[in-house]
Amino acid sequence: MSIIDDDVPYPDAILHFGVFFQGVNHWTVWSAPDSGSQIDPASFRRVAQTAERGLFDAFFLGEGLRLREVDGRIHDLDVAGRPDAITQLAALAAVTERIGLVSTSNTTFNEPADLARRLSGLDLLSEGRAGWNVVTTDNAWTGANFRRGGYLDHADRYRRAEEFLTAARAIWDGWADDAVATSREAQAWSAPVTPVRQRSSQFDIEVTPTLPRSAQGHPVIFQAGDSSDGRDFAARNADVIFSAHGNDFDDALAFAEDIRRRLRAAGRPEDDLRILPGTEIIIGATEQEAREKARWVRLEQVTPATALNIASLVWGFDLSDRDAEGPVPKEDAVVVENTGAFGARRVADPQAVVTKWREQAEANGWSLRETAIALGPQRGHVGTPAALADKFTRFARHGAVHGFNITPYIIPDGLNDIVDLLVPELQERGVYRTEYAGATLREHLGLRPPLTRRGDLTERAS
Amino acid sequence: MSNSGLHLAIEIDGDGAHPAAWRRAAHAPAHLLTPGRVRSVAAVVENAGFTLATVDDDLLPPGSGRNPLGRIGAVERAAFIAASTSTLSVAPTVSTTYTEPFHVSSQLASVDHISAGRAGWVVGQTAAAEAARAWGRPLVDDRAREARDSTRVVRDLWDSWEDDAVIRDVATSRYLDRDRLHYIDFTGETFAVKGPAIVPRPPQGQLVVFAPEGLLPADLVDVTFTSASARAATPLTFTEIEVALDTPDATAGQRITDLGPWPSRGRLRFAGPADGLVKLITGLAGQVDGVRLHPLVLDEDLAVLSRLVVPALLRSRIAARPVPGASLRATLGLARPASRFQESA
Repeated sequence: MSIIDDDVPYPDAILHFGVFFQGVNHWTVWSAPDSGSQIDPASFRRVAQTAERGLFDAFFLGEGLRLREVDGRIHDLDVAGRPDAITQLAALAAVTERIGLVSTSNTTFNEPADLARRLSGLDLLSEGRAGWNVVTTDNAWTGANFRRGGYLDHADRYRRAEEFLTAARAIWDGWADDAVATSREAQAWSAPVTPVRQRSSQFDIEVTPTLPRSAQGHPVIFQAGDSSDGRDFAARNADVIFSAHGNDFDDALAFAEDIRRRLRAAGRPEDDLRILPGTEIIIGATEQEAREKARWVRLEQVTPATALNIASLVWGFDLSDRDAEGPVPKEDAVVVENTGAFGARRVADPQAVVTKWREQAEANGWSLRETAIALGPQRGHVGTPAALADKFTRFARHGAVHGFNITPYIIPDGLNDIVDLLVPELQERGVYRTEYAGATLREHLGLRPPLTRRGDLTERAS
Repeated sequence: MSNSGLHLAIEIDGDGAHPAAWRRAAHAPAHLLTPGRVRSVAAVVENAGFTLATVDDDLLPPGSGRNPLGRIGAVERAAFIAASTSTLSVAPTVSTTYTEPFHVSSQLASVDHISAGRAGWVVGQTAAAEAARAWGRPLVDDRAREARDSTRVVRDLWDSWEDDAVIRDVATSRYLDRDRLHYIDFTGETFAVKGPAIVPRPPQGQLVVFAPEGLLPADLVDVTFTSASARAATPLTFTEIEVALDTPDATAGQRITDLGPWPSRGRLRFAGPADGLVKLITGLAGQVDGVRLHPLVLDEDLAVLSRLVVPALLRSRIAARPVPGASLRATLGLARPASRFQESA
């Protein structure tokens, strides 16, 4: 039942899947009997090996540099506690063969010499499978855990990120391709290495690079900013962009078109960046079964306490003493400053959201919890393997996405249905690989060489 | 901790303790920086029966001039080794002079989770001015202060989650018990750290902390590496021994001569036949708790250590193979400490 459709802009498109271990917020179901450990190395190994069995491009770890808080107290409702990403991925390099290993690492609270070297180490230990999701932090709340302290304002954090990347690339480019001697009888172990000097608004450093490049040149650069600054940063610097635009086809396509426009403006080919929205996929043998499963997942995710927490974030004050199964609060929203304590959750116009929640709750007879489930943060795809495969094929062949970064709602077995049921349907439609063709993450993603290693494209690097 | 046995540790960085060891290595130079190399050295050390491999490191190039300039970070190698072994413990050297204690704590705690409690930390320091320039920080003069404050913070962060902080209480929808999580609120002379950690408490509670003699106050250290053959004020003391052994192809003396000058680092040094080293180590039993060996050339000396030296020490019960499933603390006879933040009921 493959779709024969030549009248699409990208008839040969192939979907790329990544898996995001742990995720954030309340999406991970920790209360079910088969909810596994979030820290046991076996959980990581199992998810990575399942993803590899499903021919995924990448296994992806997030980062949090301070435990989340609500009203000055540690948030206790969601999964928390995770390993250092690069360290965990270096361990996975030993027990996987092909899958890419992507670390989320912060440019605000790291230094280029150290982080570039750690990423190089991961890239060498995995023989060219490392990726770096470049993130920034703009709050002093996180800075309280670091020597550096303080914070950068929104504009400076991207400036620092860009200067950081420039330094990292120079460090990665520091060794000649044939720097290391081929024989123990050679004059010296390697050619001399020239220190990298960078003096810019954020850095004054001199670094002697200590590692050669891996089989893929540089770690693959991922970026997830959704603001205009973030998208431009990605268009100038990234190989892959994560997005929140993967639920609705038109929204995904509009985002992809916007990214292609920004790529052209940055002087890059418009196929130079892979767009992988984060998503959740819930599969059932029938539509009915899929819907029932999704209902169960939502109820596990949005517990009464979590519903009250979501509402508190919308309303701007503590609603934890309300009844989640009761009506939507009558009070108006209060605008509060976001300290960063609860991640990137900002509600731009809280009163508008409150009004919408109230109207919908009234119209449908919903409780506060039902309203939070229906109107709270939305994501994901629900359906049978065949229906989902048809839908994703359309996304791919119309250039709306290059794939998805999938957050399993349960660890470690939440990927099984996707690998065992969805992947074969996609393969049947010719939109998913049937074996790994390459060895490196860059090859899996079909990317060109790193931006600073393409000859004439290099001039434009900063 | 007085028993008459000795714990066997070995330093596995690079191609060996001699700066020119690469010239006698059994592989092409570039192979040093591959996963195959890291894996095979760890396998040989584990199979030989060593308790612990240490992995030296610094941000700067390991050698100079004609010698190796390349080195994969010790934490990354340690994590890779932890996932490739089952009984061998691993302790990366991580410097405290310019690094972020919050990151160092997370990285080391992660190695302990990955290894199911087989991790240690060799507390390092960085003297070279080049390091300050690489980090983009002013030169640190008082390295002992940075080492002390960083180690305090790293240890406090390991304790900042009590062992049972993850409760998964379905009745109240709470994943965590926030009363079992603790802000460390450290304020030192040069930095402050709030906490708690982002990594749950390591399986060992506290990783085993190794430090060279004199770098840290004794109460922050579990095992002192000493150049002497007498116990320090810490729970355990390991003597550092540089080792060049006679091989079937060349005597220790010939091998050292072939590589050129071997700069002294003030450690004991043994050059000679395997049985001489067995005798030297046996003589340390009762005086110290363990030895850390620094082989001249890993590929050559490790073969002799595996075939002759370690088997002799195991046979005479001077040393013991680590038991599968045992944590490094358990193997070393160190108790698993309760979190310092945990209220004693």
